[in-house]
Amino acid sequence: MSNDRFQNNEPDDADRLEQALPDGPQADREIGVDANDAGEAASARTGEATADAYGRGEGVGEGQEVQGLSQGQIVWSRFIRHRGAIFGLVTLGLVILLSVLSMGIGPIPGLWRVQEITSGDVIDGGRPTLSVPGIGGATGFAIGANPFGQDSLGRDYFAQVMLGVQTSLLVAFILGIVALLIGVTVGSAAGFYRGKVDMALMRFTDLIITLPVIVLGAVLGALVSRVPLRIGAGPELTASIRENMPVMLAVALGCILWTGLARLVRSEFLTLREREFVDSARVAGASDWRIITKHMLPNAIGVIVVNGTLLMSAAVTLEAALSFVNFGIGPPNISLGYLISDNQGAFSTRPWLFWWPGLFIILIALSINFIGDGLRDAFDPRTKKIPSARAMAKAEKQLVASRGAASAQSNGATAVQSNGATAVQSKEDAS
Amino acid sequence: MSSTPSRSVFTDAIKLSKDTGGPVAKGDVILDVKDLTVRFWVGQEWFTAVENMSYQLRAGEVLAIVGESGSGKTQSSMSLLGLLPPTGRATGSADLKGTELVGMSIQELREVRGNEISVIFQEPMTALNPVYTVGFQIVETLRTHYLINPGAAKERAIDLMRMVEIPDPEDSFNKFPHQLSGGQRQRIMIAQALACEPKLLIADEPTTALDVTVQAEILKLMRQLRERVSAGIILITHDMGVVADMADRIIVMKDGRVVEHGSSDEIFNHPQHPYTQQLLASVPHLAEHVESTEFDTPPRTVIEAEGTPVPLNEPLSDAAPALLMEDVAIVYPKQGRRAEFRAAEHINLRVEQGEVVGLVGESGSGKTTIGRAAVALLPVREGRLTVAGHDITNASMKELKPFRKTVGIVFQDPGSSLNPRLPVGESIGEPLLLHEGLKGADLSRRVEDLLDSVHLPRSMRNRYPHELSGGQRQRIGIARSLALNPKLLIADEPTSALDVSVQARVLKLFKELQEQYGFACLFISHDLAVVEQVSTRIAVMHRGHLVEVGDTLDIVTRPQHPYTQRLLSAVPVPDPAEQRKRRELRDAIIEREHLVS
Repeated sequence: MSNDRFQNNEPDDADRLEQALPDGPQADREIGVDANDAGEAASARTGEATADAYGRGEGVGEGQEVQGLSQGQIVWSRFIRHRGAIFGLVTLGLVILLSVLSMGIGPIPGLWRVQEITSGDVIDGGRPTLSVPGIGGATGFAIGANPFGQDSLGRDYFAQVMLGVQTSLLVAFILGIVALLIGVTVGSAAGFYRGKVDMALMRFTDLIITLPVIVLGAVLGALVSRVPLRIGAGPELTASIRENMPVMLAVALGCILWTGLARLVRSEFLTLREREFVDSARVAGASDWRIITKHMLPNAIGVIVVNGTLLMSAAVTLEAALSFVNFGIGPPNISLGYLISDNQGAFSTRPWLFWWPGLFIILIALSINFIGDGLRDAFDPRTKKIPSARAMAKAEKQLVASRGAASAQSNGATAVQSNGATAVQSKEDAS
Repeated sequence: MSSTPSRSVFTDAIKLSKDTGGPVAKGDVILDVKDLTVRFWVGQEWFTAVENMSYQLRAGEVLAIVGESGSGKTQSSMSLLGLLPPTGRATGSADLKGTELVGMSIQELREVRGNEISVIFQEPMTALNPVYTVGFQIVETLRTHYLINPGAAKERAIDLMRMVEIPDPEDSFNKFPHQLSGGQRQRIMIAQALACEPKLLIADEPTTALDVTVQAEILKLMRQLRERVSAGIILITHDMGVVADMADRIIVMKDGRVVEHGSSDEIFNHPQHPYTQQLLASVPHLAEHVESTEFDTPPRTVIEAEGTPVPLNEPLSDAAPALLMEDVAIVYPKQGRRAEFRAAEHINLRVEQGEVVGLVGESGSGKTTIGRAAVALLPVREGRLTVAGHDITNASMKELKPFRKTVGIVFQDPGSSLNPRLPVGESIGEPLLLHEGLKGADLSRRVEDLLDSVHLPRSMRNRYPHELSGGQRQRIGIARSLALNPKLLIADEPTSALDVSVQARVLKLFKELQEQYGFACLFISHDLAVVEQVSTRIAVMHRGHLVEVGDTLDIVTRPQHPYTQRLLSAVPVPDPAEQRKRRELRDAIIEREHLVS
């Protein structure tokens, strides 16, 4: 990665660079490299390569982790070390892959044999044909004709659940994007301009908070069936309104769920605008637009991304809840909540009609939550992992061993160190 | 009851906590540290913060541990109390009158903390709990370690508060930390630390967060207390002036190692190690270039008299001054219930082109406010403010745009003044992009030129601020402010966040650049010694008013206004012999004015 880049160009050590600068007398530069003291030279090599000498004691930890990395790379490397987040990412990826591969996306057909959901004969009471060794006394792995079973009309349940997954995810992403756009705009304007703008926007936000989500869903559901009649639309328009129900629902929900994000972005902007780099951008002559987009938003990205993901996971469950009470998505669209609601009568006779959509709701919501959690930790530099006692003990032993080797070499190293090419040498030794 | 617990010298209270080694007399060795090593788990390996530190501390002695940030001076002392972060480990031995401190269990340590060893922290506002009264916090310490009833504890607490010279201790007992001034809060911290007659007192940068006049009072108090209590004191500081004032013996640390250890006199007058020599050489001395204090001419400073502000000084040339403030007032508007605050009033100041004027004052005196108003970050309520011919008193955003080209500002905190998400090259290039519309190769070349001029390697332009050291960041900040070749530069405490050796280099660079570019500069600082190095004239601010303006030499050697005199006498100088003389003068002034702040 970028470490290599720095190794080729120049020393990687801030303190040494400071010392190797051409200003200042010779004596300035040689401080600390006491040629008579071999032990000290050795410590300078192990110590200084690991940390920036200004802030060593307090900031130990950052010193090594951030050498030569951009902020994005640091966040990414912390993120991929977060087990929960990686679990969430992999699970979500698999779920998306499964649903897209089996049922296709948009006009592109998928690989599953049932692409049109039609009723048929109910085989073996609609029992799932999926068998996994060890579960329910099965001996071998088999998918069978209807892995998730069939509903009472003999429709393949796997196809329905996969379509439901797609709808739920679509709702989550659209809702997330709409809420992000509105929330960030309102929050950043309020936080940046303060005063009257802030007052107006925040009272408007308070007003939106009072709108009950369930009622909005119900109104929207009613509108979808009534508006075509009222405007005397033809069957084609009626059908397209019905088909686009998930998108409309997502946009409508996004329009009322941005409030929390707006408040968070506002408070973040209130602290950011007091930071000196904002002042220095202003002194440099930057316009408000430039200050907001170039200087402040990138610094608030942590809050925005984290809350955006958590909002999406909430959207999945919210959509399911609304559909369950018949306020959300209805036929011809299939969503996970609708599947549960449609089959709730069969709970005692055919429980799988209940379990499969439920399982996917949990998987999706949990994965997105974990990802959001991982992002929060990755963006927050204060969360530090404390290593296990075993790992520390192991490293302790290595340190003792390497100390012995280092002191043996140091006589040779001091000679090189004292004549200018200090930092490159020390970096090579340390890495 | 009668068997083990010992009784305190001050009270009849019975001590609950362990008392190690019995009472101490002056000169006893109370702390014996051998091969103390502190390591931190960083990434995937152990990083040595302190290595093989050994020293002895006697009762009644002040041992100063000096070093720059990251040298391990704080961690070495905190490890004695078991106050390392969870990733830290201490090995070696630290013997407090027969009790081994390294590797002690948390339960045992709790009896030692606050009782045998206590700490005075740097920032009294954060070290005191804001929701409890200060009296309660002292009583809490007492009642943790003594079997004492609340009434007696309160009496004892008030005694302690009297000892640290808190005005009206009975009344202050019920005050909350925010109701006290910074100096008083630090006194409360000291009272709390002394509550259980500790054997060892660790003072971690006790005066760094305080103004120089308040620092002088706290140092005076600490000197008196060391005579009265028989504790050994470990003083952790980076300020060589404070060290010269207080220390008997000195340990110099660099990168976790003790590079020199000796008596105060040895270290200051005959430093052996090159690092110590360089450290001492970097400390700015007040009036070090002044040969004699005898002058033929009377001092030419103008001072504030009763009711009349300092008048504007005569122009030196016909050219338009770089900065002209005429009877300027800057007011922070009323916010909610908080009344409006007049941060600066009746300011008359002229900075000629190419001239460096120092602006000195304590925190809250309004000096930063003036600096920010000069670059139009704050509006001027009254008077007239002209910068290089542009009248910016009531200018709109659009009118300010051409004016922005003529000014630059360097901020105090180099960590905060650079956008953490932008590579530093982009930060430097921003003014060029905005005003000259430079892009691509042209911009690149100019950025490289600027990096050259502040002596940083060109390849550094692709780095992010957090990858640079404090000194490097401040150089970047200077490069950015010089990008448009401004006529006026506002330097707002540019070196106060830096270590002394880095400060010395940055100041040298600043002087070089000033000669090269010829900009005028308003150099704001609380440190008179720093201002003296760079400026030709000095303006002194006190509570929103200029109190004295004059030539640097006159201000430093012959101050006229009483406040300037107090400020000058309060600055500790890094020379024990010299400081002894100054201390007497300082203490006399403090006594005379009955100051307890």
